[in-house]
Amino acid sequence: MTQLPEHTEKSLGLVIDLDTCVGCHACVVSCKGWNTENYGAPLSDQDPYGSDPVGTFLNRVHSYEVQPASGPAQLVHFPKSCLHCEDAPCVTVCPTGASYKRTEDGIVLVNESDCIGCGLCAWACPYGAREMDAVAGVMKKCTLCVDRIYNTNLPEEDREPACVRTCPAGARHFGDLSDPGSAVSQLVAERGGMDLMPEQGTKPVNKYLPPRPKDKIGEDIDVLAPLLEPVAEEQRGFFSWLDKALEKL
Amino acid sequence: MRQPKLNTSPPVSDEVRQTTCYMCACRCGINVHMKDGKVAYIEGNRDHPVNRGVLCAKGSAGIMQHNAPSRLRAPLKRVGPRGSGEFEEISWDEALDIATGWLEPLRADPEKLAFFTGRDQSQSFTSFWAQNFGTPNYAAHGGFCSVNMAAAGIYTMGGAFWEFGQPDWDRTKLFMLFGVAEDHDSNPIKIGLGKLKARGAKVIGVNPIRTGYNAIADEWVGMAPGTDGLFILSLVHTLLKSGRIDLDYLARFTNAPVLVNCDPKSPDYGLFLRDDAGKPVVMDRAAGKLAAFDQPGVRPDLNATHRHAGVTHVTVFHKLANRYLSNEYAPENVADRCGVEANRIRMIAAELARVAFDEAFELDQEWTDFRGERHATMTGRPVSFHAMRGISAHANGFQTCRALHVLQILLGTVEVPGGFRFKPPYPKPVEAHPTPHCVVTPNGPLNGPHLGFPRGPQDLALKDDGTPARIDKAFTWENPMSAHGLMHMVISNAHAGDPYKIDTLFMYMANMSWNSTMNTCGVMDMLTDRDENGDYVIPRIIYSDAYSSEMVAYADLILPDTTYLERHDCISMLDRPICEAEAAADAIRWPVVEPDRNVRGFQSVLVDLANRMKLPGFTQQNGDPMYKDYADYIVNHERRPGIGPLAGWRMDEDGLTEGRGAPNKDQLDNYIENGGFWVGHIPDEAQFYKPWNTAYQEWAVGLGLYDAPQPYIFQLYVEPMRRFQLAAEGHGDRQPPEHLRDRIREKLDPLPIWYETDQQGNDGFTVSALTQRPMAMYHSWGTQNAWLRQLHGRNPLYVPSALMREADLKDGDWAHVMSPHGKITVPVMEMAALNENTVWTWNAIGKRRGAWALEEDAPEATKGFLLNHLIHELLPPKGDGLRWANSDPITGQAAWFDLKVKIEKADPPDAAQPDLPPLRSPVGKGPGVLAWKVGK
Repeated sequence: MTQLPEHTEKSLGLVIDLDTCVGCHACVVSCKGWNTENYGAPLSDQDPYGSDPVGTFLNRVHSYEVQPASGPAQLVHFPKSCLHCEDAPCVTVCPTGASYKRTEDGIVLVNESDCIGCGLCAWACPYGAREMDAVAGVMKKCTLCVDRIYNTNLPEEDREPACVRTCPAGARHFGDLSDPGSAVSQLVAERGGMDLMPEQGTKPVNKYLPPRPKDKIGEDIDVLAPLLEPVAEEQRGFFSWLDKALEKL
Repeated sequence: MRQPKLNTSPPVSDEVRQTTCYMCACRCGINVHMKDGKVAYIEGNRDHPVNRGVLCAKGSAGIMQHNAPSRLRAPLKRVGPRGSGEFEEISWDEALDIATGWLEPLRADPEKLAFFTGRDQSQSFTSFWAQNFGTPNYAAHGGFCSVNMAAAGIYTMGGAFWEFGQPDWDRTKLFMLFGVAEDHDSNPIKIGLGKLKARGAKVIGVNPIRTGYNAIADEWVGMAPGTDGLFILSLVHTLLKSGRIDLDYLARFTNAPVLVNCDPKSPDYGLFLRDDAGKPVVMDRAAGKLAAFDQPGVRPDLNATHRHAGVTHVTVFHKLANRYLSNEYAPENVADRCGVEANRIRMIAAELARVAFDEAFELDQEWTDFRGERHATMTGRPVSFHAMRGISAHANGFQTCRALHVLQILLGTVEVPGGFRFKPPYPKPVEAHPTPHCVVTPNGPLNGPHLGFPRGPQDLALKDDGTPARIDKAFTWENPMSAHGLMHMVISNAHAGDPYKIDTLFMYMANMSWNSTMNTCGVMDMLTDRDENGDYVIPRIIYSDAYSSEMVAYADLILPDTTYLERHDCISMLDRPICEAEAAADAIRWPVVEPDRNVRGFQSVLVDLANRMKLPGFTQQNGDPMYKDYADYIVNHERRPGIGPLAGWRMDEDGLTEGRGAPNKDQLDNYIENGGFWVGHIPDEAQFYKPWNTAYQEWAVGLGLYDAPQPYIFQLYVEPMRRFQLAAEGHGDRQPPEHLRDRIREKLDPLPIWYETDQQGNDGFTVSALTQRPMAMYHSWGTQNAWLRQLHGRNPLYVPSALMREADLKDGDWAHVMSPHGKITVPVMEMAALNENTVWTWNAIGKRRGAWALEEDAPEATKGFLLNHLIHELLPPKGDGLRWANSDPITGQAAWFDLKVKIEKADPPDAAQPDLPPLRSPVGKGPGVLAWKVGK
């Protein structure tokens, strides 16, 4: 069994805006590209050109249809990767110490040289955020791009996770959730950021901003109605209104 | 616990090479990270005007495109029958000898060559090649993509969406999106939506399907396909009736005040009253006299009536108001057909008006208009619109696109802060575009550019005997304003010998035996059909592609292209530019790696062929070639003196300059040093009101976008359409054939109309069937990509809940889907966020077995499918012996989205039907495992 740190100096994580995510998978593939070439073993693909292509991804986008109590059905795009939980069950279940949570920033990582590929952590994670790589035989997971965010070989503006840098709609935000003054914490406060499955008691660091209410345009009908008052009932009346309106210009 | 020591600053790459993406048509800037001389990682270029550093799934997966096992390796000569996929690899010398041997004799009779390019990003070059070869038969894929949008925009306001312009993302407060839009301008729209969402601005999505951008829209209007035009005209009705339109804008900047001849007996009936100089005339409200529309000091009157030479003239606005105030367009009278409640239409109109007028604002920026009037501020109307293929790909698409442009003009939101803004070289009125050219001279060049914008019947591409000059029948009475040609009719017409037979079909990047064609199996039959002598009906087919696409098997000679990281290209302002509303911009591709196969960039191959045939335009007076390859052409070609394919880093007496200037031998290096692109900023005073803004006009002339200022007014009423109608009414020398007279009279209305598309043969087929392209795929290319095909490897037919129940279907079941033309058998999946009478699927995922180096049991072949099998390029026969194209009667745009089907439950087959025999792969198959890591 592996211990979690008592305290981390920061809680780095992602804030994902479900009102903005269009489900384009840019984050998924950018993550795949960076993490295939960088931290640890490449993210392999089995049968990549065959009948059942299956590869390792650290970040996936799921889409859910939602039927509200009234109004038309909605579609929510839901990107999901490791949430870097404060009480990460994937760490405490690890028999070798390969899974650990960093004291300096709270990132949950797998030390691949100590990973025996037993898969217990994937069973323990309630979010399904870990994937065993079939070629390397080690557990892969989101590193929050630990090899980017401090990397002095990258320009300062690029020291953020690949998924955040690439997100075309700007639906992904990165920062220190333990600092109430950080931009991400403020966003969470303003927009009612939520934990994923809080009942699991994992205290995820990543937060989700919920979709804003939709399909409300007809509800304030009385307010809007005067806006469309006809200028005349008859067509001839329209042209005399026009003349008067033109005079005023 | 001790934490392991971790190097958080590992080296990222040896070098970054910056070029332009080609994973779709968006043309973003990319940083290609190199390790050991190989491509290691691709990310967006932060400095690039298109994507500002972000990159979509396709772009990030470029590395898997670049290493795809489906890449062709060498020129191929067909050795088996057409369609078998049996080839032998040959040398480039042999390939080019064969091609020259076929092409050169055709110069004596150049219409025997049909040269059509698909998703070509070098159309100003390929068209130049075709023009100098001398064939009238050239176009790219616009005719089966979005010509309705492009042409309606040009004719109405001098530009359309996407490449022509963009919403003012930083200021707009209400954004209304029509139809599928995820496939074009992908990153800029997502960046824009992100900006709107960040500040809580509203998005209204109008689309039968609630996915992608519509999924995050604040309001979703899931209307019935093909009724957008009716819905828009109902908004117009509602806004007019309540006077919620921008009268000042209409009077100053549009042809609303222009006077129109109202005498049905006059040969000029419906045409504009013009002065001696030919300028349209308005009534000056200040002076009470007629004046040219652009006369300094004139105050055009929207409500004038004028009698001239015994003929009454009223304003365009008068005609427009009379038409759309009619109760025919009242929300109650369109609601059922559109599938949108009347009240909802009214509410949307109210919201448009509220934001446009009650949230108007002023930018503190002086400017001078084309009449010489100085304005202290710029008025913002923060409503903007976008649409692409969704509303275009119907046989009423041109008029629907026109209606949308008229709506935004009535609100006064075009080219104003907060509204829709053009991107250079647009705005550009019809008058600044060429007319079509089709006059052939044996062994000489064509008499001008193939494609253009007809002003009337005189510009049709007809031979002296009145028959079509072009194989695709573009610019004929069947579709007079077909500005992008009709690629979807080329094979069908060539096979039918209608209007004539050809010898060689030469195509580039166009998967015409699969997803890029209607009636897919029929087209395969046409490509392989033999005449009574046993010869192929289409005698020769040359094809260029980088990959083992389905079309490869149907060609006689394959000229293998490079991947996008191995080639030179220019994203030119002569072509389809990448400018932004605030700046002109162009870009290049350059070989960030050299090909490891025996392949060549197609454009360089065209230069080689031109040199072998000594084509004019490519040959110096002494007979020597002008250009050795495409890179040489990009740098040294001048379309007009001082104007070349690239605007950046040209030369004048003082050294480097931009826009106009002499060729600069180091130009490509200058581009590479700057990240692969050039940007020229528009001055602050010229940022808005571009068609009318003196500062913009002067800037554009200085840059060389055109040679003299050309201010113009927006065309609510399109006079060229009226000229075609006049011909149909019997006026003029060029007369339409009798069977088309009524259609031209009805459909070429100079004010937007809505009509139901031709429903003949649709009895019993009541469900609309659509396709959308996923954001993570582009045409066929995605399925050869090991990463992207894991995201979208299957494409079930999505069926609304009630239809699922009705047909006793549940997820995973199979259904027969039948249209008047054909039948397919496919897997289904229920979807609730969908118009109740519409089914749809992702397009271009279904694959032919054996293509794209996929295993033959790949899900793209066993479960993926094309709706194309259900759509014919012709309408059902009308019994008159004529071939009626399934196209818009104005532009000839392929009417993909008019498809009607019925569905019934099917026993699960072994594979989606039709299940065609496998193609023999010319490149073998891909590896069984990938663990792609370039660096150690």
